[in-house]
Amino acid sequence: MVQEKILELLAEATDTDASEITAETAFADLGIDSLDLTEMAMQLEEEFSITLEMSPELNTVGKLTEAVEKLVAEA
Amino acid sequence: MSFRIVGTGMYVPPKAVTNDDLAQIVETSDEWISKRVGVKERRISENEYTSEMGLKAAEKALEDSGVKVEELDAIFAATVSGETSSPSMSCMIQHGLGATCLAMDVSAACSAFLFLLETAAAFFALHKEYQKILVVGAERMSGVLDFTDRSTCVIFGDGAGAAVLERGENYLDSVMTVKGGDDVIKIPHGNGSCPYFIREQDTPYVHMQGQETFKYAVTSITQDITTLLDRNQLTIDDIAWIVPHQANKRIIDFAAKRLGIAQTKFFCNIEKYGNTSSASVPIALDELAKSGNLHRGDKIILCAFGGGLANAACLITW
Repeated sequence: MVQEKILELLAEATDTDASEITAETAFADLGIDSLDLTEMAMQLEEEFSITLEMSPELNTVGKLTEAVEKLVAEA
Repeated sequence: MSFRIVGTGMYVPPKAVTNDDLAQIVETSDEWISKRVGVKERRISENEYTSEMGLKAAEKALEDSGVKVEELDAIFAATVSGETSSPSMSCMIQHGLGATCLAMDVSAACSAFLFLLETAAAFFALHKEYQKILVVGAERMSGVLDFTDRSTCVIFGDGAGAAVLERGENYLDSVMTVKGGDDVIKIPHGNGSCPYFIREQDTPYVHMQGQETFKYAVTSITQDITTLLDRNQLTIDDIAWIVPHQANKRIIDFAAKRLGIAQTKFFCNIEKYGNTSSASVPIALDELAKSGNLHRGDKIILCAFGGGLANAACLITW
């Protein structure tokens, strides 16, 4: 569910086909910058009722998905 | 009892610095700045101090309003980049105008113009004899920028905006929030030359955490506009224009998206002037007023956010 939402947001932000994005895809390779990530984080916070602190370590789809899933489980 | 805005004015220095110009002195590009900030060029003062720009905007606002200097009951001004800590910028503008009324500054960074309006409303309420107040936001942001820091120096510009307020009923509602702290945005002073003070200080330039600022700005715009609409039982269709602080086009666009409001409802001129801090809202308001697209009786919302962290919005009948 989390990864689907992230893929949807990425596809919207980058005009990339969601099927071309994998867990290993780095945001930088999609041309996603820090403000794009902040926009995405705010949308994920709203969607899943969590508070997400973005950090440079959350630089791939998989790492972000894992972090959000952990927050959702703790909520 | 509050006020109505009877005149506006703005001044920007003549020198336009394009993104390509900045790319000559710092590692950046027109494409990067245009896409990430929404600025194409900004005005940079070559020989004018902040209060001198503020004075020119004030003179234009007075001319626009038809109000004479001697009619003013007070001058309230704001800046984060004045040429002096003392006297205050309002006193310099007062001197330049030849006014003899009360003059004082209000400090609230990029939100300051909204705080000036609120202060004016309070003075109109407190002093029944007050009829006219001049408010001015003026900045020489280029003087507080590190031109080796590409993350900040491309964003800001210089300029001034002013408005003449007359006792009236058109300042309908306002919302103001201050969170406190300097961890997201700050402009430190220099440490001076005292040989006994040993604490290290950041450089006396704009320091800004981009992601935190973006999140704070979008959240504050969204909340403040929603509060004003709900509290006054209005919908966005009742609002002719939203005039936001021109900080970053992406902040405005994302806030519009979250609010479900068309981007065209937000008046934007950031591409020409960059972020002029306290001057940005009155400059935008003046351009909007002079564009012919703002009509007496229109309801508008002004909103701003910035260092403090301080954010504010107000509902006005034009």
